[in-house]
Amino acid sequence: MNPANYLILAALLFTIGTVGVLVRRNAIVVFMSIELMLNAVNLTLVTFSRIQGTLDGQIMAFFVMVVAAAEVVIGLAIILSIFRTRRSASVDDVNLLKY
Amino acid sequence: MTDHPLHYAAASGVFSLSWLLIVLPLAGAAVLLLGGRRTDRVGHIVGTIAAASSFVLGVVLFAALLGRDGDDRALSQHLFSWIPVNGFQVDAGLLVDQLSIVFVLLITGVGTLIHIYSIGYMAHDPARRKFFAHMNLFLASMLLLVLGNNFLSLYAGWELVGLSSYLLIKFWEDRPAAATAANKAFYMNRVGDVGLALAIMFMFATVGSTGFADVFGAAAGGVIGYGTVTAIALLLLLGACGKSGQFPLQAWLPDAMEGPTPISALIHAATMVTAGVYLIVRAAPIFNETQAARTVVVIIGAITILLGCVIGCAYDDIKKVLAYSTVSQIGYMFLAVGLGPAGYALGIMHLLAHGFFKAGLFLGAGSVIHAMDDDQDMRRYGGLWRYMPITWVTFGLGYLAIIGFPGLSGFFTKDRIIETAFDKGGTSGYLLGAIALLGAGITAFYMTRLFLMTFHGKARWSSEDPEGSQGQPVRHPHESSASMTGPMIVLAIGSTFAGGLFVLGHSLQDWLEPVAGEGVEGVHTFSPLVLTLLTLVVTIGGFAAAYLRYQLRPVESVAPADSEVTLVTVAARHDLFANTFNETVAMRPGQYLTRFLVWLDLVGVDGLVRGGAAGIGGLSGRMRRLQTGFVRSYALSMLGGAVLVVGALLLVRAG
Repeated sequence: MNPANYLILAALLFTIGTVGVLVRRNAIVVFMSIELMLNAVNLTLVTFSRIQGTLDGQIMAFFVMVVAAAEVVIGLAIILSIFRTRRSASVDDVNLLKY
Repeated sequence: MTDHPLHYAAASGVFSLSWLLIVLPLAGAAVLLLGGRRTDRVGHIVGTIAAASSFVLGVVLFAALLGRDGDDRALSQHLFSWIPVNGFQVDAGLLVDQLSIVFVLLITGVGTLIHIYSIGYMAHDPARRKFFAHMNLFLASMLLLVLGNNFLSLYAGWELVGLSSYLLIKFWEDRPAAATAANKAFYMNRVGDVGLALAIMFMFATVGSTGFADVFGAAAGGVIGYGTVTAIALLLLLGACGKSGQFPLQAWLPDAMEGPTPISALIHAATMVTAGVYLIVRAAPIFNETQAARTVVVIIGAITILLGCVIGCAYDDIKKVLAYSTVSQIGYMFLAVGLGPAGYALGIMHLLAHGFFKAGLFLGAGSVIHAMDDDQDMRRYGGLWRYMPITWVTFGLGYLAIIGFPGLSGFFTKDRIIETAFDKGGTSGYLLGAIALLGAGITAFYMTRLFLMTFHGKARWSSEDPEGSQGQPVRHPHESSASMTGPMIVLAIGSTFAGGLFVLGHSLQDWLEPVAGEGVEGVHTFSPLVLTLLTLVVTIGGFAAAYLRYQLRPVESVAPADSEVTLVTVAARHDLFANTFNETVAMRPGQYLTRFLVWLDLVGVDGLVRGGAAGIGGLSGRMRRLQTGFVRSYALSMLGGAVLVVGALLLVRAG
């Protein structure tokens, strides 16, 4: 199978993730969109690793996963505590820090 | 090379003490100023002792100079290295020679007398200690001026006398007129001081030194070009005009009469205002090289003689008349020294004689003012001779001396100046001589007017009670105390005999010859006898005019209005519009300039700064709105930024 297809898929996933971050209000959904973007990047890395025939990209993908896992822990904790105080998971309700 | 002593002998023996001349009065001033109120009770005694001890030392030095050879009477003393910079060495040093010692004697002698006089005159002033402190400071500064052996020391003294003059003019600083007069004196002196400072810079640039020996050696040796030497001479002259109240910088001197009368006598008649004459005679080797500058000196002297005389006739304030008389007498000195080697000694001679009789006249005026309850208007005097006999006699002797009564000081010194002016020869000689002669006549007129209005005629005051005084001011004139009459008597003796002593066997001229050069005995335009008679006739004419007008006719106790007197009198009452001129030419444009600069600062500089700040503030206020607090809009801008970076990278790669 042509590796370029994987790249196209990754681009599609990244775009979906980006649009999701920009247009959705629910913090959980925004979070999931970010995960989608990260995994699109992972897919790209693995694909290039395959094309090049080296392991560098795959190792990088592992790093991204570890970082993403840590990020999910912190991010979900923040979202949870916000939800507890504000009774809302909408990112537009958290706009106190402004001009 | 020249007959000028370019190498001064080193001071030794008693002359190594010459620095004490300056330090004694300086110490007096320091004690009185630093001691504060604790020295209030002894202030006048400390000040007088400091001045007197300096005078005694001056006499000792003079006697020691007399004991030396005629060619060996210039002694220079190195004190300390003042400004030791590589390539620029200025040493502080003193020069005791024939010229400076006569000035030392005049300054400390008259100074001591006026200190004694002030004990009585200022007895009731709460700030008497400060007065004596400032007088001592003045003595020290003036001695530094005449004793310095280089132009920079002279300049330091020059500025310090300006400062002490300022402090003493505004001694009664709660009077607005005194404060203004002090500022005016300071500003106008500044104009002259700039000239002196520039002259010194010129000297340093061309000769590389400011020492008298180096500069005069270079000038006499022809090292300095004619243009430069003329420029230096003219700049020195500007300084001299400022300090000596000569045209066109004369307007401050009459206003300086706002100071206490002893100050008018000491600083603004006898000593400080003659510093300009000292400067020109001291710089004789420079002026000898440039005919052009000497001509300017003569012209300024001639103009000032007439200007002072004419204005002196119009004032009713006794001190103002004496002030303009000083201006005109210094004009005589300038005229004399401008005539070159023939006149240097004559200028100094008239200066010394003037120091005696003008100081005496001012002290007499102070005595009268004291007796008349601080009223200075002569129109409210009259008939005082019966009440103040000592003042009348001493003032009378000073008066006779200034108008040139035969046998008294002014007769010898002023006549010689008139004679030398005529001897200059040519049309200019006749013109200068005629002006000097005319000046002598007008001097006789206004001095007689002053004398008659003050001491003779009907009393225009009343000793009755207010009911019986018929509108006249109530006065109880009395003779002054001994501490005031004593100095007046000494000065009157000086005014009587000094002139004769100076000319006796050419004593003063011979004494000054090493400094001032040998007076060439030129061809006489008129024989001295004819000229003496001519001067006498003119003087008697002036006297007679005043006698007819102010003795045989009653004097109005209120000055006639401007509409009733001639145009000349109106002009003279307004100082020949010198103040108007200064205000139009210098003061108003200066004010307009400062106003413009203030406007420029407010609108231009401040506008730029404030405008910039406001612009940035407004811009940030708008840019602040970008921070909405909505996470998604931040995300959008991050995306936009990332797209931009990627786009830019692609563009660079592709290009």
